[in-house]
Amino acid sequence: MVKELFYFLIFPGMIFSVIVGGVLSWSDRKITARVQFRKGPPFLQPFYDLGKLFYKETILPKHGAKLTFLAAPVFALFSATLANVFILLPSVFPGSGFRGDLIVIFYLLAIPSLTYLLGSLASGNPLGALGASREMKLIISYELAFILSLACIIIKSGMSLSVSDIIAAQQEQGAFIGSLSGALIFIVILFVNQAKLALVPFDMSEAETEIAHGVFIEYSGSAYAIIKMARYVMLFALPAMLVTLLMGGFSFSGTGILWSVLKLLLILLLITLIRNTNPRVRIDQAMRFFFIWMNLLAVIAIVLSLINL
Amino acid sequence: MGLGSYCFRKSLWVFHFGGASCNNCDIEILDCLTPRYDIERFGMQLVGTIRHADVLLVSGSINRKCRDRLLELYHQAPKPLLVVAFGACGCTGGIFAEGNTFAGPVDKIIPVDAYIPGCPPKPEAILAGIVKLLNK
Repeated sequence: MVKELFYFLIFPGMIFSVIVGGVLSWSDRKITARVQFRKGPPFLQPFYDLGKLFYKETILPKHGAKLTFLAAPVFALFSATLANVFILLPSVFPGSGFRGDLIVIFYLLAIPSLTYLLGSLASGNPLGALGASREMKLIISYELAFILSLACIIIKSGMSLSVSDIIAAQQEQGAFIGSLSGALIFIVILFVNQAKLALVPFDMSEAETEIAHGVFIEYSGSAYAIIKMARYVMLFALPAMLVTLLMGGFSFSGTGILWSVLKLLLILLLITLIRNTNPRVRIDQAMRFFFIWMNLLAVIAIVLSLINL
Repeated sequence: MGLGSYCFRKSLWVFHFGGASCNNCDIEILDCLTPRYDIERFGMQLVGTIRHADVLLVSGSINRKCRDRLLELYHQAPKPLLVVAFGACGCTGGIFAEGNTFAGPVDKIIPVDAYIPGCPPKPEAILAGIVKLLNK
């Protein structure tokens, strides 16, 4: 019991993920600033933001479900942290995890978006409702592509449903990204990550210039700080999932640490560059992009992986 | 000085309220986000909703219609909140001070923490005002 609590709360759970996620968020903002020839924020900026938000007043909506409004960020943080624990634990302790934890990770990664949606609907704000409706459409469009690519990974690893078996399979036959179907799946999951993180081509649910932060419009103070923490954890968990499932996993010994950090930063760099070089798409364009093109890529990858390409 | 107020000064998020502005101040505010002045160095961001804001930046002359909106925004904002009166119209009323619909400069309606005069203020003046706000 104490061991599980340690995993969840300290390493590789909440404290570790929030700190690493904050550092990743800083590098995201710094890379963005360098792309625009600016200087960018100082290193501790994400933690200053968190500290300030905890220092500020939390305002509850007058007409709305207050309990749902306050519980939603907590659920987002806890499910994102739990997903991160399940993703990282098989890399930290080889052979840990259980049969079917890939499915659990899939569901846990879907929960934060759902709770943002519930929280914004509970606030009773019209712009929040608009953001929630867009978030709902986005969830419908990307989840199918995501589960199809997970199916492809399961086929490539010889029908195993546990993350540690997938890592072991990659150590035997090389990282999955080296094969053709693996490369296709990498593209699909990269765009799914972009949509799950609500970064620029798919940030229509919180478009700040258009519907004023959409789903987060009514949040202030500590509640918004917890949302920020959940978003930092997701910014760590989703690239970590990509590294674990396709690029051979992390290793925490010797020069392996350096390789792990480089893999994570490479994916973050790709995400940030996509974010900085694209305009925001409309919701129907996003749905068409995922329903037609990403699903097509995922199905092609499944067919290729069945003939061992 | 506690940790909370230290973090507060390190990450001010700015909400921009344009009263009956001629938009010249608004353009100068956008100048602060450009590579030459880069206000994100100080951890500042422009946010779209008053619930996330730490600084309420009021530009333009406040007429009778804007007055109620400004008061409502001030009450909706989570405290602590800093208010900045921006430009000649925000500070004193400028050329509109004698006007029929003018409802007083910003400091007659809500308490103001810093004034940035000018018509419009140069980005350098805005940065100087920010430094004053941070050392307050």
